[in-house]
Amino acid sequence: MSKPKLAIYWAASCGGCDVSILDIHEHILDVDKNFELVLWPVAADFKYKDIEIMQDQEIFLTLFNGSIRNSENEHIAKLLRKKSKVLVAFGSCAHLGGIIGLANLYKKEDILDTVYNKSISTHNPDKIIPKTTVQVKEGELTLPKFYNYLRSLDQVVDVDYYIPGCPPNPEQVVSIVKHVIEKKPLPPKGSVLGAGEKSQCEECKRKKNIKKIREIKRIATSIPDPETCLLEQGFLCIGPATRSGCGVACVNAGVPCRGCYGPPPNVMDQGAKMLSAIASVIDSESPDEINKIIEQIIDPVGTFYRFSLPTSLLRRSDI
Amino acid sequence: MSFEPRIIGILCNWCSYTGADLAGTSRMKYPPNVRVVRVMCSGRVDPTFVLKAIAEGADGVLIAGCHPGDCHYINGNIKTLRRYPLLKKMLSQFGIEDERIRLEWVSASEGDRFAGIVKEMTETIKKLGPSRFSRKNEREVAL
Ligand code: FES
Repeated sequence: MSKPKLAIYWAASCGGCDVSILDIHEHILDVDKNFELVLWPVAADFKYKDIEIMQDQEIFLTLFNGSIRNSENEHIAKLLRKKSKVLVAFGSCAHLGGIIGLANLYKKEDILDTVYNKSISTHNPDKIIPKTTVQVKEGELTLPKFYNYLRSLDQVVDVDYYIPGCPPNPEQVVSIVKHVIEKKPLPPKGSVLGAGEKSQCEECKRKKNIKKIREIKRIATSIPDPETCLLEQGFLCIGPATRSGCGVACVNAGVPCRGCYGPPPNVMDQGAKMLSAIASVIDSESPDEINKIIEQIIDPVGTFYRFSLPTSLLRRSDI
Repeated sequence: MSFEPRIIGILCNWCSYTGADLAGTSRMKYPPNVRVVRVMCSGRVDPTFVLKAIAEGADGVLIAGCHPGDCHYINGNIKTLRRYPLLKKMLSQFGIEDERIRLEWVSASEGDRFAGIVKEMTETIKKLGPSRFSRKNEREVAL
């Protein structure tokens, strides 16, 4: 019997998700033994046209990382959806929009201007900005269209499962690969795989007392106590509004949770929940004092929606 | 046709809702632009409610509760007092104008105060025009 086909794709992403697949070390040999790899742009040279000529649903499993920022991302997402039996949004960008989703606070023109004109490492005296088509003497050249805003994978195509994380934990990747190899029944559609059903705090072993914050601290300028809840110490730990499942990796390493697993089940908006959690424990009843403490939270959207802005209630600023 | 703002008023059961009721039973005139949602305490107003109202097309959101010290759950309104400035700061990053969101203390006897707040808020938002988040579908297509 022929092996089931596997595709791994990156859309708008940093490549970290692909590395997390390589981080499964020797288990990668099990992947090779049990699957026929048909697409993995970061590691192997397959062509889009090889996928285009396939039957619908011919690929058994597609792990899709990265979000949808341009027309090429969208085109391949739709193609892979058609050709795959099981499409998995792999990693925070595909799942929630990801850290690059914070670009949804800015207009497309401003983003291009920053990248191609204003950034200090750029030398672009002719102010050339990418266009979708350009005429050269050999003919017309084209580039994908850079969209006005960024979307998660499920805002573009139907998604079967989600694997959260920035990047996903390699142990989760192994357990999911094993699950498929052992031909265990698939979980209900829409499940978030390799993650818990609670918030990070439920799994966090740090000592928790009554929370009262008078000062917001940053890890760059203060050293946290290794035993006590980070939020209690004034560090902006997004754990209360983040789904469990990573083993509280960051907090155990002494840095606050940044929220990459997204909101826990039944939470509509990660940022709103985090805002509520932090603001409620500010230790003051005077509006002036409260304002002073809040001023220390420099970038609420970037902190509370670090990975989930495009899938939040508002999705983007007024752009 | 002139623009009629849609304002969602989230009022606490014990003071502000009763205050709004008083405005009604005493036949005070105020603009019909506020749609009232009754909650048990202003402390129940999860910031999610405000974001959802805006995402669904509200032009403004009014949160009203008992005066500090009067909350029937002791300090629910103090929690709201703390959340509110951070919520406003966050909403400004989304490009939502300050005047669209308001927190007010209205007691059960302050029907006139409630009517006044609604009047003022309606006028301010009328001047601002519709929230651009209320044109959601239009925004959806412009990739
Ligand atoms: S009961 Fe009115 S604000 Fe708490």
